[in-house]
Amino acid sequence: MSETKWEAVVGLEVHAQLKTRTKTFCRCSTQFGDEPNSHTCPVCLGLPGALPVLNREAVEMAVRTALAFGCTVHEESIFARKNYFYPDLPKGYQISQFEKPFSSGGSVTARLEDGSEREIRLTRIHMEEDAGKSIHTISASGTAVDLNRCGTPLIEIVSEPDIRTPEEAYGYLTRLRQVLLYLGVCDGNMEEGSLRCDANISVRPVGREEFGTRTEVKNLNSFRGVEKAIGYEMERQISLLESGGKVKQESLLWDAERQSARSMRSKEEATDYRYFPDPDLLPLVLGKQWIEQIRQNLPELPELREKRFGKQYGLPARDAEVLTARKEVADYFESTARLAPGTEPKKVGNWIMAEVMAAMGEHNIGIDEVGVNPEQLAGMFALVEQGTISGKIAKQVFEEMIASGKSADEIVQARGLVQISDEGELKRIVREILAGNQPQVEQYKSGKEQVFGFFVGQVMKATRGKANPQVVNNLLKEELSD
Amino acid sequence: MSEILSSSAAALAGKLSAGELSARELCQKFLAALEADGHNCLIGVRGEEALAEAEAVDAARARGDKLPATAGLPLVIKDNIVLRGKLPTTCGSKILHNFASPYDAHVVERLRQAGMIVLGKTNMDEFAMGSSNENSAFGPVKGPVAQDRVPGGSSGGSATAVALNLAPLALGSDTGGSIRQPAAFCGVVGLKPTYGRVSRYGLVAYGSSLDQIGPLARTVEDTALLLGVIAGHDGRDSTSADEPVPDFSAGLGKGVKGLKVGLPKEYFPDELDKNVRARVNEQVEKLKAGGAKIVEVSLPHTKYAIAAYYIVATAEASANLARYDGVRYGHRSSKAGDLLEMYRNSRSEGFGPEVQRRIMLGTYVLSSGYYDAYYLKAQKVRTLITRDFTEALGQVDVLLTPTTPTPAFRLGELMDDPVSMYLQDIFTVTINLAGVPAVSVPAGAVDGLPVGAQVIGRHFDEQTVLRVAASLEGDE
Ligand SMILES: [Zn+2]
Repeated sequence: MSETKWEAVVGLEVHAQLKTRTKTFCRCSTQFGDEPNSHTCPVCLGLPGALPVLNREAVEMAVRTALAFGCTVHEESIFARKNYFYPDLPKGYQISQFEKPFSSGGSVTARLEDGSEREIRLTRIHMEEDAGKSIHTISASGTAVDLNRCGTPLIEIVSEPDIRTPEEAYGYLTRLRQVLLYLGVCDGNMEEGSLRCDANISVRPVGREEFGTRTEVKNLNSFRGVEKAIGYEMERQISLLESGGKVKQESLLWDAERQSARSMRSKEEATDYRYFPDPDLLPLVLGKQWIEQIRQNLPELPELREKRFGKQYGLPARDAEVLTARKEVADYFESTARLAPGTEPKKVGNWIMAEVMAAMGEHNIGIDEVGVNPEQLAGMFALVEQGTISGKIAKQVFEEMIASGKSADEIVQARGLVQISDEGELKRIVREILAGNQPQVEQYKSGKEQVFGFFVGQVMKATRGKANPQVVNNLLKEELSD
Repeated sequence: MSEILSSSAAALAGKLSAGELSARELCQKFLAALEADGHNCLIGVRGEEALAEAEAVDAARARGDKLPATAGLPLVIKDNIVLRGKLPTTCGSKILHNFASPYDAHVVERLRQAGMIVLGKTNMDEFAMGSSNENSAFGPVKGPVAQDRVPGGSSGGSATAVALNLAPLALGSDTGGSIRQPAAFCGVVGLKPTYGRVSRYGLVAYGSSLDQIGPLARTVEDTALLLGVIAGHDGRDSTSADEPVPDFSAGLGKGVKGLKVGLPKEYFPDELDKNVRARVNEQVEKLKAGGAKIVEVSLPHTKYAIAAYYIVATAEASANLARYDGVRYGHRSSKAGDLLEMYRNSRSEGFGPEVQRRIMLGTYVLSSGYYDAYYLKAQKVRTLITRDFTEALGQVDVLLTPTTPTPAFRLGELMDDPVSMYLQDIFTVTINLAGVPAVSVPAGAVDGLPVGAQVIGRHFDEQTVLRVAASLEGDE
């Protein structure tokens, strides 16, 4: 029996909620988590006679995103009605874009774990409005509908079927999210549903051109979930095909708890959405100049920033990657490095990756919430550079800075943490330590040089860590060689 | 008393501002007339709310406040225009029989700013779908001239109320002739403004790319007056045009000397009722006598208009009416076991047969596999029809046609023959497809039944349309 090698052919559809203040077609707030149906009006409730008016901020964010991914932004696009019945869709249709989306083409560069990169092409990005939420858990007798989310602007980012492995899908999504966050157009929160993903999956023997029959897997609510679901679905399809079966074109719901996918009812698949241009909205016309202006104002994107960090700050590739993963962290690093010109950028980076990120991880907070801003951190570095405190003390100081919000200077002064570099005082302490530890001195002198560290430790203990380690080393060597 | 009821709005406005008549008094008189109506013109009458508004106008006037010339003028509005308050906005449908709008339509806001008082909501074909006002969940409206005749539709209640002096003014809506055809049948003036001239915010949608709210009145002057109140840009309707609003009555009385009037030959086919033709020809003679130059023009794509109209309008309607699903408001079936059953039963029970027919037609023409053959082709036809008008109106100032192919038919006469019913709109739908303004003005009668002449103008040139219409009226 010959062993067929299979590969997956995967395309992803990602819905990203735009971070506008108001909804796509009315002026209701997009605030998440408020009292159900408190952000509604005749327009987003779909009341008789109400009409949509497009939110310019949403268009601007959508265009910004498309430009960041190198898409072509079209000067004219059309909003269309996508018709289907569902209780959380008050108008009985969703306003979306179909035949003429505002952008097409572009690509996303996915990074794999080995550091290599894969270019995944985009088919299109289009704008649409979100539906409300059906809540089935409130009462046993019925379903409740919350329309706060209804009408929130979304962009749907549709990839070409260029993804071949679950890992590539993960890399694609990670980069996608990173860029959306850099652009400030989406908060990227999958749990709250501001980023959603559906996957179209088929398999084929490696080397074959044609695609196999695909299935659509929905309800993917984490990037790892997407990775797992693709892996699961690949295996299912491969074993089906290898055992002589056929893949049925259908929609599957991913069950994250059971780590498996189940078929959705066929009733929902047979929908004909009967798209047609929405007569309530004029064609969306974007001026060339306006598009160019948005392009000019794009922030530096993560790929470029990562490269620049390597060059400008002499950071190792891995450090540059970690420090640019999130825009706020990269900004924080750059500010600190600029404010602490006496400290090597690599040292600044290390500190942020170790201490600052640990604090973020510990409390699950953003870098802005850590409580130490770049200016304060640079102040701490200055004390180290001046020799006022040692690196070891610096960690203590930093912890207290987080807890108290005070500057490094204040803490060092108040707690008497100034480093002791005075030779006279340290010589006195060194002598005391050696005198009180004669057996160890003997050992050292008989050639057991590891005991040196013990003496250093004792001096540090006696000075509560404040002794200048360089001076202590020199003094100990001097005294022991006598 | 009847003298007041039959007065023009302009005359009443004069009496009101001169203090010869109080708004309350006027309001009471019309309310009494509406209560006595035996034609089923109204779906709801406002009574106390209207009186309170009238009293507020009187009080403001007594205080010496500077009021608009229209302050205190009463009117009725079609029941597909949302109005906050005690009355529901039903659209003549069972599915909305209890729907109370929490907001006012843009035109209602304009009426309030003008100090005008809405007396009630007029009967109509359900969701404005019909040409006879027989498709109403609240029963048909009986024609004002002969009770066994239809008043036309879908703004049949508005036209009848004005014709019967139950109100000096009314608002209707026109998607394919729904203001002009009933105006013609009832012997009153009815104008469909240029698409985009009047905000659709708060007009319950039928065919969104065709719908316009417009005035009905007994005189052209009153028609111009009411148009002036409701016209103008509104940021809440993306299709509302940011065009200057002129004084629509500025051209009235100036005659037609020097104007070029086109007679599109497709609107005078051999089959045209000879009496209707005769009445319209009399109007042509009037224009000639007034110094207008008459030329024959052609609108070659007219023959495709009815088909294109019924595809575009029903396609849009099929989506526009999807929101009536029994979930949030309106009729919900008591036989609603599961979701699908709730949708199916609520909609089957709530919508009348004509609305169901049009929803199905519209759903069909948008279905995958049929979209190109129907919807897309209809849009292409629409482009050609619009071009026809642009070209014709490049040669002449206005076009003159019959409003309808026949005078009012009998109640029930066409109910089982939807195609003949749809053909009623043959001279009016093209105007909606092209988006141009048109007015129907009384042009005499055939066997005692009124006939209308239609004056069609260039985009946003209601002024000339009304000027020509004014020169046709007032020869009885
Ligand atoms: Zn809203």
